[in-house]
Amino acid sequence: MAKSLTQEFVKGLWEEIPPFRLVLGLCPVLAVTRSVENGIGMGVATTFVLVCSNMLISMLRNVIPQKIRIACFITIIATFVTVVEFLMQAFTYPLYLKLGIFIPLIVVNCIVLGRAEAFACKNDVAHSLADGLGIGMGFTLSLAVLGAFREVLGAGTFLGHTVFGAAFQPFTFMVEAPGAFIGLGILLCLMNIASSK
Amino acid sequence: MTEYILLAISCIFVNNIMLTQNLGSCPFLGTSKSMDTAVGMSMAVIFVLVMAGITTWVVEAAILKPMDLQFLRTVAFILIIASLVQFVEMFLKKSMPSLYAGLGIFLPLITTNCAVMGVCLININEEYTFLQALISSFCYATGFGLALVLFAGVRERVILARVPRPLRDTSIGLITAGFIALAFFGFKGMG
Repeated sequence: MAKSLTQEFVKGLWEEIPPFRLVLGLCPVLAVTRSVENGIGMGVATTFVLVCSNMLISMLRNVIPQKIRIACFITIIATFVTVVEFLMQAFTYPLYLKLGIFIPLIVVNCIVLGRAEAFACKNDVAHSLADGLGIGMGFTLSLAVLGAFREVLGAGTFLGHTVFGAAFQPFTFMVEAPGAFIGLGILLCLMNIASSK
Repeated sequence: MTEYILLAISCIFVNNIMLTQNLGSCPFLGTSKSMDTAVGMSMAVIFVLVMAGITTWVVEAAILKPMDLQFLRTVAFILIIASLVQFVEMFLKKSMPSLYAGLGIFLPLITTNCAVMGVCLININEEYTFLQALISSFCYATGFGLALVLFAGVRERVILARVPRPLRDTSIGLITAGFIALAFFGFKGMG
């Protein structure tokens, strides 16, 4: 509890940035990062769920019985996921269609449950909010970077705008499933190089 | 009949849940460090996924759809899967201790395996009949097991190789998985 709110927030952006440092919640990372737009959309949706569930779980931390806490957490998370699903259906329908099955799957994203179990049920509301926001932003950032990496190489575009000239032959496989693994592997390697210095 | 065989092939190879749809990556990377854990995890996934696939299909068809409660699908499905896993664990412990000893540690992990929830949702989204849902659940799970065992085999060799320091562990694991996925990508041509 010695850490300040800012520290809780900032740690999610580099020190514990998911999915690079905490290798959790890989499914959405690999599956939706075909483009920057999808990556950011997924990141924002996950951040919303993470912040809301962190806050609510933190508020209820003295009420929830220890033995059935996981079931309670999952119910709370699932409720917020449903909320996000409907919000996206109402306001960002094309993105909702693109992300499809991965929106309900936020519920099984280990990051959300992991933060609930490791942080929110032990800390007060303000700290949980900062933690959720930090980890969520870190997650969004990672998705955007991986999305950009794959979109630029795989389709030759960035947010739909052409980056290279007409002579550029895109590596189509980067936007398909195999490119997700290889892209994330390479980024992880770059990150290891950067932090070992 | 042909239709069912095609569905089976498509679920195992062409639309392999792990390598082409990227569902279930956490256990894929987490339990593939040795062959034993990979086989255990595959068995546990096949077992739970078939049961979850059937149960969620029945709940959707018998309760959620007639009562117009489809907005509760996410909440309902995750609770079904979580309690099913718990129930299967207790049942196996009591009646089949040898199987429990084999699967034991992998069972609780399955609750957060997106492949299970993902397949249940795919079954509903594709509007499969009961038999189709059963086949697809079994075959997606088999495909996951196949990918996991293949990957574990490759990874056991990679451990012996001299890998540059920044690429070690997860990084080289992901790149290896990428190459296996590239191989499976070839099945796309079959469709």
